[in-house]
Amino acid sequence: MAKESSVNEVDLVIPMLPDIEVAATKTAAAVAEYMKFDSDKIDELNQALIEACINSFEHSKSLDKKLYIKFIINDNELTVVIKDKGSGFDTGSINENPDIKDKLKSDYKRGWGLMLMKNLMDSVEIDSNEYGTTLTMTKIK
Amino acid sequence: MSDAFDVKVEKRANCAVLRTEGYVNNLGGEKISEKVDQLIDTGITVFIINFEKSNIVNSIGISILIEVIEKLVDIGGKIYFTNLTKTISKTFSIMGLTQFAEICETEDDAIKEVSK
Repeated sequence: MAKESSVNEVDLVIPMLPDIEVAATKTAAAVAEYMKFDSDKIDELNQALIEACINSFEHSKSLDKKLYIKFIINDNELTVVIKDKGSGFDTGSINENPDIKDKLKSDYKRGWGLMLMKNLMDSVEIDSNEYGTTLTMTKIK
Repeated sequence: MSDAFDVKVEKRANCAVLRTEGYVNNLGGEKISEKVDQLIDTGITVFIINFEKSNIVNSIGISILIEVIEKLVDIGGKIYFTNLTKTISKTFSIMGLTQFAEICETEDDAIKEVSK
């Protein structure tokens, strides 16, 4: 499933199937271990990747039902680029800081993904348009 | 893809202990919620959830745990989460679950807290 695309990149394409995000974390962990990340940082990377994947599975409306993940290895940081070919969304519409007190009163308990990614990674950026969404997140070693 | 989720229940005098095994995703969260609902119907209001065998979660599963917390807040109950990995503990903290639930290192620690 994973292939080495250049000296410092690993590409992974996963189908949008239930729980397949767990498979993506295996590749993420292998790359991060290769880079000698400590286990806590690998767990945080995996948690953020899970959130990125399930967000895309649920909201992208992707026609090819695939997620394109690229792991870019740098000296001191790992960048993960997650792309879908969905219909995109208004990035300004995301509540980046949901509050559990509000959620307890609300019928909608979801909407935590971006907040978690931003807290677990060192940087997170989203670019979305009518051709799809690209989420780029970086973890420093 | 992931191992099948399972949750085992031990009823104690003053609480119920739920021990999970596997990925706490939507299905895992729903199984926990179902068990808690059944136990609430028997009069139990204090729950200890031991995640020792669940080292992977997602925010959908945790959102269902927030529904469980909501039910317990409504009936004056209490919930303890134990044996969390460092990252799951951090995730719960980021989402604010620690405002309404207690995190204990071990199941025994939680049982001691319940008995106080």
